[in-house]
Order: sequence, then C-alpha cells, then structure tokens
Amino acid sequence: MAATTDAGVFDESGLLAKAREGDPAAFSELVNQYSRKIYRLAKHITQNDSEAEDVLQETFLKAFEHLGDFQGQSKFYTWIVRIAVNESLMKLRKRKSDRTVPLDEPIDTGEDTVVREIAVWDENPEQQYSREEIGQILDEAIQSLKPAFRTVFVLRDIEEMSTEEAAEALGISVPAVKSRLLRARLQLREKLTRFFKRKGDDVFAYL
Amino acid sequence: MLTCKEFLQELSDYLDATVDAELRRKLEVHISECPNCFVILDTTKKTIEVYKGVQPQPIPPEVYSRLMKAVEKRLAAQKPV
Repeated sequence: MAATTDAGVFDESGLLAKAREGDPAAFSELVNQYSRKIYRLAKHITQNDSEAEDVLQETFLKAFEHLGDFQGQSKFYTWIVRIAVNESLMKLRKRKSDRTVPLDEPIDTGEDTVVREIAVWDENPEQQYSREEIGQILDEAIQSLKPAFRTVFVLRDIEEMSTEEAAEALGISVPAVKSRLLRARLQLREKLTRFFKRKGDDVFAYL
Repeated sequence: MLTCKEFLQELSDYLDATVDAELRRKLEVHISECPNCFVILDTTKKTIEVYKGVQPQPIPPEVYSRLMKAVEKRLAAQKPV
C-alpha cells in the first residue's frame, strides 16, 4: 500500500498532503488507519450500534470536507476525534426528548467522589466471569456514567490520549478534563468493585 | 497528614504520575497509614488497567464496507476545499 514510507512506517503527513491534493487512495488510507478507533469511540459515547455507524461515516466525510482547515498544529487523530465526539454528542442531544441524561448540567458538585464500596478485588476475576461477561460488565459500567464523564474517560483511559489532547479534542480546559476523569474513574471503580470484589471480604479488608 | 478527602482529590494525578515529589511523598505516607485509601488506590488502578486491556473490536465488515462506499462516493464527487 502507498501508506508507508520506505522504512515501512505509517506516513501520516505524507498521506495528508496527498489527500489535500485530492488523492483518493491517500484519504482512504487515513480512513483505514483510524476507522476502528473512531468506531469504538462512537460506540462508547453513544452506546448504540447504528448511531455509532452514522458517527463513523459523518466523521470521515466531515474530515474530508474540512481537510483544508486542518493546519497540522494538532495531530490528525486528535482533530478527527474532536469531530467524532461532537457528532456523538449531537446524537445524544437529539435523544433529549426521551429519558436521556442532560449534557450541560453542572459537573463540579464534588458529591460524586464519595466512596462507598471499599473492598479488595479478586486476583483473577476471569475465573468467575467469562470474557464476554467481563466485557458486558465493563460496557454497562461505562454506560452508567454521565456523558461528560464517560467521554473524558474514553479519551484518556481507553484511547490513551494525554490530558492536553483530550482537552483539545473536547474543547474544554485541562483542569476540567482532570476533574471529570477523577470522578469517572472513582465511579467506575465503585461499580466494578460490586462485581470483582473478593468473596468473603467486605469493608476494611486490610484491617 | 493528608485527610482521605485530600488524598482522593489527588488520586488521579497520583496514578498518572503527574504530582510533584513533595505531594507524592505525602500521598504515600497517607496510603501507608490508611488501609481504606490503599484499597481505593489499588482498585482504581485495576479499574484503569482492565479498561486499557480491552482491544478495539474489528468494525463489522458490512459497517466498514458502507463507510468505504460513502467515502468513495464523496471523494468521487468533489475534492476537499
């Protein structure tokens, strides 16, 4: 494929330059490179297969349309993540008429860092749960987070973006990313503890 | 010594290793003396690890094929601005 340099390394800036000149193979290669991650991101935020597919398509179509606006100050991936996050959040907003969680509610109450469940985890939860069951537990735990927390957690701890990249992709400040990430992690920890705690243990496990 | 609440506020930065040496020392003193916070730290760390271990599933072939069709259609229609 034309996507690699002589050294076999994925040559993003070369592909971008070609894509800007209208080379369809170059843009398709970029799509190919990032589509899986964008689809996963969209699925995590929307929690819905068909909406995630819409987000996936719209993200790359918009990226192509606005390729001229991409100046290369940030990474191409961060730029398309920002598009994908916006598209995903738009899907959630469209559902607002139903019971869907509001997106703009105040975040920093501090109340949701309260820790209730304190227990040591089982060393090998995979002996109690199948891989599918663990996957389902993880998905359901993420799904229960507010979108503002869920989105930050997905970017930071699943997509492994830096705090600064996540802030840029979400259009929020670094302290806001940090504060939402802390709450997301603590809330997930709380939920997973209910499944993964060592049987027979409960509070004050180390006392 | 830090309170548990103060410890929790710094937990994320501690796990991301973005706290300075002085604060790190205080946090480590706290966990050496507070079993609950030790467990919270340990299980939060495991929470992050368990999610990091999840590999992205391949896109279902039909979803991928529809994506590439949509992209090709768009590419054929117009060059980027």
